[in-house]
Amino acid sequence: MSSEAGQQHPLGIYYKIWILLFVLSGFSYAVDYFHVEGGLRWFLVITFMFLKAGFITAIFMHVVWERLALVLTILVPPVALLFLIGFMTIEGNYTEGTRYQYRGDDPTLTPLSPSDFHGGGHGEEAAH
Amino acid sequence: MSETAAIQGSPEGVEGLVEDWASDKQTYNVPWGKAMMWIFLVSDTFIFTCFLTGYLNVRLTTTEPWPLQTEIFALTLFGQSIPLVLIAIMTFILITSSGSMALAVNFGYRRDKQKTFILMVITALLGLSFVGMQAFEWTKLIVDEGIRPWSNPYGAAQFGSVFFMVTGFHGLHVTGGVIYLLVVANKVRKGHYEKKGYEIVEIAGLYWHFVDLVWVFIFAFFYLL
Repeated sequence: MSSEAGQQHPLGIYYKIWILLFVLSGFSYAVDYFHVEGGLRWFLVITFMFLKAGFITAIFMHVVWERLALVLTILVPPVALLFLIGFMTIEGNYTEGTRYQYRGDDPTLTPLSPSDFHGGGHGEEAAH
Repeated sequence: MSETAAIQGSPEGVEGLVEDWASDKQTYNVPWGKAMMWIFLVSDTFIFTCFLTGYLNVRLTTTEPWPLQTEIFALTLFGQSIPLVLIAIMTFILITSSGSMALAVNFGYRRDKQKTFILMVITALLGLSFVGMQAFEWTKLIVDEGIRPWSNPYGAAQFGSVFFMVTGFHGLHVTGGVIYLLVVANKVRKGHYEKKGYEIVEIAGLYWHFVDLVWVFIFAFFYLL
């Protein structure tokens, strides 16, 4: 029982991180609001996502103040998982390619949106 | 920033890491409940990563067009369709609840029973309103827009399966968290931790922040991208 005082820090840092999280969420919402598309959209959204995740883990969950033994136990497995996601993305692109190439699926299909159904709703009989 | 984690006479950083693992003693210099909560959260991360990996893979491999999230999650307010507005409110609510939980942990360690209790109840109420909004969102998707786990009128059927599974699983976490927080808050009010110490509030806080953390990823991958 080392932490007699536990994780005690000045209140100010929590308020600052709180505001920062609001601002970052606002930014990612703005990405959608201003219709940023394509690669830039993915880049911005993922950047803001990792910043938010980092601040929550580091400050709210007190990871920056923990000893390295615990920090590595917490952070190394998720880093391994990032590789899994990366590899499966590459694999997924390949699978999609083979489906277009050998199954003759149509790569030009576009999704429908609720406005295509005149006020949304009851679209069961439409499409596919 | 080493004021709390330091052990008397033990080095910091890599040297401390080696010493923590090599010495014939417990490795993690935290209460056992906190270590166990961290291990649970890491394993929960694996579950959510399985969902995320499956989702990205299914979305990439399907040759059906993926439905346009921004339009599906738009909400009509004052006669105007605003994209993702409900999700934005849900996000801000969850962040606010995370902030109030962080304050509750802090006041717990200051042994301020009253404030800890009130802040935990506020956190739980915010969590509850989050679940309520999610129920509203699901109702809208199912009833008004005809999205089902097995089909939807807009594009790839997998959209519904993945969406309901992942947000449902997260919603269950939030619901469980609300109950957990209320139980701990009640114990705080009764003064159960006066002698034991307030680590348990921090442990409950870790769980709650994790729920917020998962939402950060869901917000990005399931709504924005």
